[in-house]
Amino acid sequence: MAQLAAVLEDQRKSEETALITGSEAIAVACKLADVDVITAYPIRPYDTVMQYVSKLVANGELDCEYIVAEGEHSQFEIVKHASACGARVFCGSSGVGWMYAMEALTVTPALRIPMVAMVGNRALDDPGAFGVEHNDALTVRDLGWQLVWVDTAQEALDTALIAYRVAEDRRIFLPCAISCDGAFLTHSQALVKIPSQEKVNEFLPRYNRADLLLHPDNPITVAPQGNEDWVMEIRRQNYAAMERTSEVIREAYADFERIFGRSYGNPFFEEYETEDADVVLMGMGTLSTPVKVAIRKMRKEGKKVGFVRMRWFRPFAAQELAKSLGRFKAVGVVDRDYSFGSPYMSGVVTNEVRSALYSAPGPKPPVVGFIAGLGGREVTVPDVERITDGVYKAAEGKSQPLTQWIGLRE
Amino acid sequence: MGRLFAIEIIYRGIFQKLLAGRISRAIVLAAHHDGKPGISFGRYGDSPERNGIPAKNFAIVGTDEETLQQGMAKYEPKEVDITICVDDTLCKGVESWAWYGLQPVNKLLKPGGTLIVTSLESPETIIGMAHRKDEPYKLAILKGTPSFSGLWVFKDDHTDVRILGAIAKLLPELFSLKAVQDVIVKEWKDPVKAESAARSHERITTSTVKPNQGNPETPYKFEFPKWHEMGEGIAIPSIPAGHSYEDPNTHAMGGFRPDRNPTFKKFTTRTMRPVVNFDTCIKCTLCWLHCPDSCFDVTPDNLYDANMQACCGCGVCEAVCPVKECVTMVNEAEFSDNSSQWESWKKDKEAYKVWLQDKIKGHGERSHGFRYRGQYEEQVPEMLQIAREG
Repeated sequence: MAQLAAVLEDQRKSEETALITGSEAIAVACKLADVDVITAYPIRPYDTVMQYVSKLVANGELDCEYIVAEGEHSQFEIVKHASACGARVFCGSSGVGWMYAMEALTVTPALRIPMVAMVGNRALDDPGAFGVEHNDALTVRDLGWQLVWVDTAQEALDTALIAYRVAEDRRIFLPCAISCDGAFLTHSQALVKIPSQEKVNEFLPRYNRADLLLHPDNPITVAPQGNEDWVMEIRRQNYAAMERTSEVIREAYADFERIFGRSYGNPFFEEYETEDADVVLMGMGTLSTPVKVAIRKMRKEGKKVGFVRMRWFRPFAAQELAKSLGRFKAVGVVDRDYSFGSPYMSGVVTNEVRSALYSAPGPKPPVVGFIAGLGGREVTVPDVERITDGVYKAAEGKSQPLTQWIGLRE
Repeated sequence: MGRLFAIEIIYRGIFQKLLAGRISRAIVLAAHHDGKPGISFGRYGDSPERNGIPAKNFAIVGTDEETLQQGMAKYEPKEVDITICVDDTLCKGVESWAWYGLQPVNKLLKPGGTLIVTSLESPETIIGMAHRKDEPYKLAILKGTPSFSGLWVFKDDHTDVRILGAIAKLLPELFSLKAVQDVIVKEWKDPVKAESAARSHERITTSTVKPNQGNPETPYKFEFPKWHEMGEGIAIPSIPAGHSYEDPNTHAMGGFRPDRNPTFKKFTTRTMRPVVNFDTCIKCTLCWLHCPDSCFDVTPDNLYDANMQACCGCGVCEAVCPVKECVTMVNEAEFSDNSSQWESWKKDKEAYKVWLQDKIKGHGERSHGFRYRGQYEEQVPEMLQIAREG
């Protein structure tokens, strides 16, 4: 017995490196966070997470209620209710599956449920495609969901732990969706450092629903009907909670670095080769790989190009981002999404960046929007070079369309 | 700025929906006939209506377009020239399903405005039911039983046109009798209805209600909390489960009284209430089991006392009770308080028996919820008789 105890103690403290996919990294984070209730309904690419989770449950490594619902709407409703009863929950979906859960997705932030969800980004139907597009997760951008995009399996694991820490903070109590690009992240394996349980326990306190706990000992009514005399005040409360997220996210990243010794720098966006850059590209998720390769190539050719990868889309670090972007002559935003009929017909991220710059006190570089990589199409190094040419054109003040499609057969 | 007229119609949701809609539409059409623009609308907070739950319709008319626009810029009128109450039991108060506490029926009435009530009761009874106001107002009683003309049945007993004729008399600046008669003929293609309007115009009388007359209770009021004073997560404290209580005679504790919302009372939904004969009750529990509002308190001696704070007068208890005349639904206008029947029975059983017999002697007198097929049709000629003869 003493020997077994020693082995378990050893395991608790040990850190290991494993070759796992982004989806598996999320599942491992669920295990480390000791999630209580997980619901699932298959849809590619999110379904890979449920496969790994069910394996962990079957192997006795994760002790949780694992419920396969009859559809995404129920899937998200079940965890919403479980969370109201004080359970730490995990859930996820992709593309139109996320859409099918939409009603549950709207009430989750309204009820201040700190659900953590993984969105395996996938093109919305039709056609029945399964490659990455960001429109699925972006549909909840106005509702009080925190939205974060990750780039690597390591970042997926770490961000999932951070997401629990932030979402379940009593100052916040808002859900958080972690977006993982279908295929590029969900289905490709990479070496990931898996932190020890001991350190995770130090980083992540238990979920305490406190005064909002739905329990016979704390009889409350959740979500009664309210008319026009109440709705504005309720919305204002969520506005205040979202306003507090930036500070809590910063705290969580600082603590993460202290405990795990791994730093992400600025939590909200990663800057790559920006120090001396003339122009920068921007984007979210795994787009960073071809962009970084292209930048290294272009730098050798003497072009001073940098890259800003946005992690947190909600909250949107507008002031900080505007201050950073003000240093450059032009900005090119690559959207793996579309927003038909929007200002200048640009993608969602482009328009948010333009909006952030408009009210900023500092310089406002021109912003060109690029739509690329839709439906999982590869964004190639030459594509990135073409994009960069456009951004340089903008820097020189030459006129060109404010939104351009890249990698399209034309 | 010209003059703005506002009229509200207080009615029972669903049951009188069509009636209220017809009255407010015709007000606007008649005003339009006399050259005044107006609009008609149902209170959005009442929608979708619930069976019997108090609801409101409004008609707003201006002497000119700009005046009307200023009136329309408000969510709903804050004061009205006329309040029409098409069910006299609503004079005890109005509590909409998404509203807060009991509101006086005459709350929006301007000083000197008129409350029109359809009723067979005397002015004294109606005045006693309505809350007191600081300024005098007028009461006009349109003789008749509350007309239930809604989604389920349409009792065309001329209540609508009689009210319209009365308005032409009480507020002639709004529209003339001729205007409203023209609208009636155009809308409903029935000259007899236009005649009913004229008779009502001729006969309607008012009495003045003074500030010291009426229900002296203070109407329910509360302060809206600021956003940061409210609890988060749309969670509110629940109503506690309930508790046993004391028998006034033996002082024994027992039974079970569910706790109830201290501010949200359901009794304005009620057009009738159950009167219980505790002497013949066989304690079968059916009323208690079937009541959709858990209104029955289980008494310490295991009887079932319909609590008037929670009863909405649906009549299910009467329908399921297996004992003849053990539970009898009686018109709400017959009662002036919400006190416990069981307690008064405990206090004096003989006196209770007399009271009970007095209440149920007109057995079958109900304003809604018919006892047999065809009952409404039988009531129509009776109402038309009243319309003709006054």
